[in-house]
Amino acid sequence: MARFFDAEEISKTYPGVKANDRVKLSIDSGEIHALLGENGSGKSTLVKIIYGLLPPDEGKMLLNGQFYSPQSPRQARANGVAMVFQHFSLFEAMTVAENIEVGMDDPPSRSKLEANIDQIGKQYRLPIFPKRIVGDLSVGERQRVEIIRCLMQNPKLLIMDEPTSVLTPQEADQLFATLRELSSEGTAILYISHKLEEIRTLCKRATILRTGRVVNVCNPQSRSAQELAELMVGSSFAMASKRTPSEVSEPLLQAVNLSCKAATEFGVSLSGVSFSVGKGEILGIAGIAGNGQKELAAVISGEATAVGSLRFRGIDLLGKSITERRSLGLLTAPEERLGHSAASEMSLTENAFLTADQRMVLSKKGVIDWKKTKEFALSIISQFDVRVTGVDSHARALSGGNLQKFVIGREIAQIPESLVVNQPTWGVDAAAAAIIRQALVDLASKGGAVVIISQDLDELLEISSSIAVLSCGKLSQPKNTNDITRNEIGLLMGGVHGSTIGSETSGAAA
Amino acid sequence: MLQLEPRLENSRIWIVATPVVAVLCTLIAGGAMFAFIGIDPIRAIQTIFWAPLFDPALSGYAMPQILVKAAPLILIAIGLSIGFRANIWNIGAEGQYIMGAICAGAIGLAFYPLNTWYIFPLMIFAGLIGGAAWGLIPALLKTKFGANEILVSLMLVYVAEHFLASVSLGILRNPDGAGFPGSRNFQQYESASNPELIAGTGIHLGVIFALLAVIIAYALIRFHKFGYYVNLTGKSLRAARFSGINPARLTIICLCLSGALAGLAGMFELTGPAGQLSIDFNVSYGFTAIIVAFLGRLHPIGIAAAGLLMALTYIGGELAQFMLNLPSAAIQAFQGMLLFFLLALEFLTTYRVRFKLKRDA
Repeated sequence: MARFFDAEEISKTYPGVKANDRVKLSIDSGEIHALLGENGSGKSTLVKIIYGLLPPDEGKMLLNGQFYSPQSPRQARANGVAMVFQHFSLFEAMTVAENIEVGMDDPPSRSKLEANIDQIGKQYRLPIFPKRIVGDLSVGERQRVEIIRCLMQNPKLLIMDEPTSVLTPQEADQLFATLRELSSEGTAILYISHKLEEIRTLCKRATILRTGRVVNVCNPQSRSAQELAELMVGSSFAMASKRTPSEVSEPLLQAVNLSCKAATEFGVSLSGVSFSVGKGEILGIAGIAGNGQKELAAVISGEATAVGSLRFRGIDLLGKSITERRSLGLLTAPEERLGHSAASEMSLTENAFLTADQRMVLSKKGVIDWKKTKEFALSIISQFDVRVTGVDSHARALSGGNLQKFVIGREIAQIPESLVVNQPTWGVDAAAAAIIRQALVDLASKGGAVVIISQDLDELLEISSSIAVLSCGKLSQPKNTNDITRNEIGLLMGGVHGSTIGSETSGAAA
Repeated sequence: MLQLEPRLENSRIWIVATPVVAVLCTLIAGGAMFAFIGIDPIRAIQTIFWAPLFDPALSGYAMPQILVKAAPLILIAIGLSIGFRANIWNIGAEGQYIMGAICAGAIGLAFYPLNTWYIFPLMIFAGLIGGAAWGLIPALLKTKFGANEILVSLMLVYVAEHFLASVSLGILRNPDGAGFPGSRNFQQYESASNPELIAGTGIHLGVIFALLAVIIAYALIRFHKFGYYVNLTGKSLRAARFSGINPARLTIICLCLSGALAGLAGMFELTGPAGQLSIDFNVSYGFTAIIVAFLGRLHPIGIAAAGLLMALTYIGGELAQFMLNLPSAAIQAFQGMLLFFLLALEFLTTYRVRFKLKRDA
């Protein structure tokens, strides 16, 4: 084989898990190659090996026909391999040019560098002013800085790790245009994502990993998203059924002009958030993480204080504790599974007690009924298909998807009148995500008022009855899902940031 | 090459085996040390561990002494362990012990020479309150101003020691004591004394209370919401908040509770084995109890066992000191080894050691 890049029989073992098991990967020059896989399938390990961050236990790599074994990212870069990480490593207080300069192995003079940035920006449609302070840039613009930083080194192989997870649909479209431009010039691109639709529009070849092994190499455009998802998961599963069309009902959970100050320097303040959800409705709150999602969830749950008005069944909630809110029938499921929704070093039985004491009456006069709690935990496990050896397992022993099914199931099994979930399927495998979405839809169809805060726009379009967008701590007017377009949502997501908005409509993810 | 690997689940075998293996390692290393300084290791170890319990000539004296020493250690350690489980680090039990004793003593002396039934219960109450109040200070400073409770509680030990010196030389000094420092002797004041319940056994009310504390703490941790909340707070503060726990309130409760139990221990010590308030009333039970709490893995039953073991090494050490002329430093080193091995081996419950031949990369 005379591909541009070849990885053969790559293996890497961590304690207790084989992260990569004889993985093969080959990329042509000018190809945009997708690397697909669930969380924990070994994608990151493989990429770290290619970028010189990890040595493989076994296997070899060839780059341009030459034996390639980078000992460090610096060596990888010297060989023409560059990587844009999912989490940026930029200094907020420095300018674009300064940030790019510190990342370079031997930077040119400042004026030459700035000219270079300008030129690359023009050539690849990545407009950015080199003298701007990074702290003032939007997330999409920061990503451009990262990409330009990579392009400065003239990479022959560019690795992009989940690049669109932080972008609005418009920004994603712009990024795809840039990537196509690069590929037409012969740059090989390894594109990592779990968003199947965007891979289907962008890539002609995909390597699919599951539990550290390559399970399939295929053309994603000749497969349906469902087929790809099943390849990733390794079994067939049902997608969540469509939402039930909701009639206009009386508001059950209602916020009017809800505001709260940021708890920390890096937190986001909420200002004037208003929404209302009725019985049987699912309100989707879209937006890129870090725009007040955590704060909104905490204000509704009762973990944070706020001013304004928050009413549930007509009762004023502000000033009521989290347990009082639970007793009233308002339950919440936070974003982080370990350490917030669940205590990692505690058994599932103990974790079942964590939020269910009030509604399930699991204690009497302070004495915990462990038998009843255990039965409750078992019912969650069977009802939501949690794969686990038993209720005595520690929460940390569960995979992300299984634990998420457990913590969301814990709230749903209490049959709440209203449920607020934050990022319910974040980092969860596709099969578990489908089960969770279905459970949320079922809860609403039984009359529950559901609020889903999620970064995953496809998820919200799939199951919510109305959608609002949270951006910089402000919530847009909720609109019926049938009356709002992806484009509109994208504008709302990015609009307040002041970032450039692409003119073309959603071509990427339909 | 040796490699350490985190275990996916804590090893149940090692949780049980650690204390046994640690004691064995201590016997071997300690024996080697005794041999090195020219003392027959078998005899030394036998004197420390065996004689106090089973030697008919010695156990009559040693057994009651073990209970007398173990009772305050266990009582204090139980209180501390509940806070430790919630990551609330009260290391000032020594101060709370002193303040409990002073408060109880002051109440008792206020009634002198009246003899009625209610004096002793009042003194118990005063002991609890005195210790709890001394624990409340770091609790309030932590919850209101974010002060570190480790530092504050520790520094309050020194304040309490000076206060003890002041009252033993000042207002609580025995007026009939010919000017000697120290209070009246409570053993000679019937209504305020805590004598042996059964002569020659060492069992006084403090021993009974220590046993009660172990049972109640076990029930709380196992079956009660309070125990659950304490554990949850220690494992994840955010999950605890999410569950509905008010961490500030829990901090106050835990520090007051551990303070109260330390104060109670001080009260029983004052009215029983010690007899009087004096400058050297406190003998570091409050600090040793921290070790006992950890030796017992913060578990009430474990703490009871650790308290008894600790007391045994003290009494056995004393015996070895005057019977074999073992230097006291050697005994302290021996006790240190026991701690060292216990804590070092605890590592094995969460990590696994692998032998691996390193291959060339």
